[in-house]
Amino acid sequence: MTHISVKVDGTTYEDDVEPRLLLIHYLRDRLGLTGTPIGCDTTSCGSCTVELDGTAVKSCTVLAVQADGCEVTTVQGLAHDGDWTALQRAFHERHALQCGYCTPGMIMAARDLLREHPHPTPDEVRHGLEGNLCRCTGYQNIVRAVLDVSEEEVTA
Amino acid sequence: MSETVEREVGRARTRKEDAHLITGQTNWTDNISVNGLLHLSILRSPMAHARIDRVDVSAALELPGVIAAFSGRDLAEAMGSLPCAWPVAEDTVVPDHPPIAVDEVRYAGDPVAVVVARDRYTAADALEAIEVDYTPLPAVLDIEGSLAEGTALVHSDKGTNRCYDYHSASGDYAAAKARADVVVTRRYHQQRLIPTAMEPRAVVVTPLAASGDFTLYSSTQIPHVLRVLLAVTTGIPENKIRVVAPDVGGGFGSKLQVYGEEVITLVLAKRLGRPLKWTESRSEANVATHHGRSQVQDIEIAARSDGTVLGLKVSLLADMGAYLMLLSPGIPVLGASMYPAIYKMGAYDFSCTGVFTNRTPIDAYRGAGRPEATYAIERIMDDLAAELGMDPVDLRRHNWIRHEEFPYTTIAGLTYDSGNYEAATDKALALFDYDKLRAEQADRVDHGDTVRLGIGVSTYTEMCGLAPSRWLGEMRYAAGGWEAASIRVLPTGKVEVVTGTSPHGQGHVTSWSQIAADALGVPFEDVEVMHGDTMLAPHGMDTYGSRSLVIGGVAVHEAARKVVDKARKVAAHLLEASEADLDFADGAFTVKGSPEARKTIQEVAFAAFASHDLPDGMEPSINAEHVLDPDTFSFPHGTHLCAVEVDTETGAVHIRSYVCVDDVGKVINPMIVEGQLHGGIAQGIAQALYEEALYDEDGNLVTGTLADYLVPGAPDLPEFVTDRTETPATSNPLGVKGVGEAGTIASTPAVVNAVVDALRPFGVQDIRMPCTPERVWQAVRSGKETSA
Ligand code: FES
Ligand code: FES
Repeated sequence: MTHISVKVDGTTYEDDVEPRLLLIHYLRDRLGLTGTPIGCDTTSCGSCTVELDGTAVKSCTVLAVQADGCEVTTVQGLAHDGDWTALQRAFHERHALQCGYCTPGMIMAARDLLREHPHPTPDEVRHGLEGNLCRCTGYQNIVRAVLDVSEEEVTA
Repeated sequence: MSETVEREVGRARTRKEDAHLITGQTNWTDNISVNGLLHLSILRSPMAHARIDRVDVSAALELPGVIAAFSGRDLAEAMGSLPCAWPVAEDTVVPDHPPIAVDEVRYAGDPVAVVVARDRYTAADALEAIEVDYTPLPAVLDIEGSLAEGTALVHSDKGTNRCYDYHSASGDYAAAKARADVVVTRRYHQQRLIPTAMEPRAVVVTPLAASGDFTLYSSTQIPHVLRVLLAVTTGIPENKIRVVAPDVGGGFGSKLQVYGEEVITLVLAKRLGRPLKWTESRSEANVATHHGRSQVQDIEIAARSDGTVLGLKVSLLADMGAYLMLLSPGIPVLGASMYPAIYKMGAYDFSCTGVFTNRTPIDAYRGAGRPEATYAIERIMDDLAAELGMDPVDLRRHNWIRHEEFPYTTIAGLTYDSGNYEAATDKALALFDYDKLRAEQADRVDHGDTVRLGIGVSTYTEMCGLAPSRWLGEMRYAAGGWEAASIRVLPTGKVEVVTGTSPHGQGHVTSWSQIAADALGVPFEDVEVMHGDTMLAPHGMDTYGSRSLVIGGVAVHEAARKVVDKARKVAAHLLEASEADLDFADGAFTVKGSPEARKTIQEVAFAAFASHDLPDGMEPSINAEHVLDPDTFSFPHGTHLCAVEVDTETGAVHIRSYVCVDDVGKVINPMIVEGQLHGGIAQGIAQALYEEALYDEDGNLVTGTLADYLVPGAPDLPEFVTDRTETPATSNPLGVKGVGEAGTIASTPAVVNAVVDALRPFGVQDIRMPCTPERVWQAVRSGKETSA
């Protein structure tokens, strides 16, 4: 067991964890933060994307112990008191989700993309979301949603 | 008569469903946790076919945190064979299908043993500790070879790998062929696909030991059907089982099933008296969740030299995989009625042979039989056009059912109520700029361009609204095709709609709210829709095969109509008028000629609740249920056009443009319709260009993870241009036709037709799906060699 201290969505947690425990399982099974789902076991689908110290990572490839001393933001850390972020609103308005399983990961990946490219072209959005699979939307509405959001709004 | 005003139907309402999904307040099955929850994991066969000589779970049981471990033999008494509900032919061979293999494993992934541990990591360790001795047996992997003399048997007790033969004919195909000027014969291959809903399957069972009640949460499309079948399979009475489908992360047919894992988890929760959870990993999903397609299609079309189609002959070999799942044998036969598609012809002959192989079972996958049928007819229409030197659109135009000919009964025996293929096609051609692209294509040929342009068309029809129960009975399908809805107007005037459909991304909550809001004249926001829980919505047949709107949505409308009828009686009484003198519009009853005499439906609902002054003998309720059994299917249609650029030096295919005009009848929510089309087209393109389940010579799935199985990502897909025409269905009061599978059905042939079209100058007639760069390059190369 290894002792870790992680700040997740604004709250600091202290825990003893097995060194092999994946961050995604730590978030879901230990902290009960089930807003981030799991879609694969080969880091291929992007469903589990969260922010680790401000950068999007696939939390199924990060060990919980690697997050020691870090700050993690999940989709559950975005909306405050029903006040959605611009990206969340854009996903809703553009019908960029159907079953919604890929959505938390898409939103977290899109935040990262917009930080890097505040005014992306449609092609840049498509390439930026390469690591996130969606089986329902054909991506088109996701791309539209991301294009709707400008740099100022993304952090709002 | 009610005179409701349409305020919601046709409006692009954003979805009520989204709020919890975009904030992570989700209720996926794997999110469910209760005190004392234990984790269940399954050991699976690493071999395609083997005898199980010994299963030893003792080492697993010694690990700290392991609660129980069982082999198939340990549990054989506790659960019955998994059911097949669609033995399409009288003599269909239905092998025993134990949820955990007892003596023999029949595909790589077949469950062999199960462990229960305090968490998923311990359970994974325990699986490693189980010892199994196998004696390998020869595996049947080839569909075409499965029936050859001397081939090994998947089920030796059945003495054959043949599951069934099915034949139907209408008109005299031999005579049609004899009269024909041209006969085109092709063999197409429907590769095996892995459905890959983004949420892997999961099951949670919570037992209430004292009463013997169980709640089973499953990532399923069919909570109602599942409940019945769990009772049948486990012997636990149906009224002791509550099935809940919480948020479900996609299905595409792959969650239309009663799976062994659901049975095992229920049986062990009962035996151990503890809540259990099983969650599928993605690598497990790739072998353990049913696959789709996997057919060899021999198609023959006979025509006159002017393009008039005389007859069609279809002969299929359909892979069932190792066992029959719920609907396996029926899927190819469901497609039987769709091969003649939108074309008139005098003769049609269909036959199908189902065969067993040592691979993951095959069942319904997005479109289920209909994409396969549409692919074959739309491909061979192109091949026929090439043979006749006709433009493929002109050939279709020459043969299709004309607008004024509806209703039209096809040679396959289906009656299409309405349609307008001309309008959709003309609109699509204009949006696509067909003539200009044809000119560019010719230009590139003239210049010997190494990048060729190909244009593919697909004028499809879909068969939605599965199905009239009587028709299903004739097809030897075990269940009915009805759907239930009930509507409650609460004392405060708010409305609850309870539906038997069980959505997993389709937006029923929003669409059903729109339907109910209009029918009752209440605000959209005042409607709540409940679904997916057999306790809340006890009556239903669930969601699959693009049936929900045409049956479930129409049932909501009909239930609302009953509510209005009851409310009218109360309103007439309160207003001291005769029922016939009341108008109902915008949610209120008024007396004809004196609009100030008015009662809103909410006021009537309160009056019925208080019950102080109701008509004599009237029950104190205006709530109503409607169970709708449709008279017929519905037939949306459309025209999809795809332009591809094919690099003849690398084999790379690039989709340059994709245009579709679909006619799904009356549209409830255009945004949801468009979204469904996008997703469907993506999946159809994936079959055309990317996806295929591949096995090695030992029968191991080599595309066992998402790192190997190529699900297209955002950069792999183009922008789609979608538009529509609207020809209302005449077979239901809403005029709706459904849309769920249209995109998938239409797009695969449009894309492959485009790829083949680009390469016809090289003598290419067919490219097997998926049209990978390697296959395309090989086709160009061998084409060049033959024409040189
Ligand atoms: S679950 Fe992490 S990438 Fe798929
Ligand atoms: S919305 Fe279902 S996977 Fe993306």
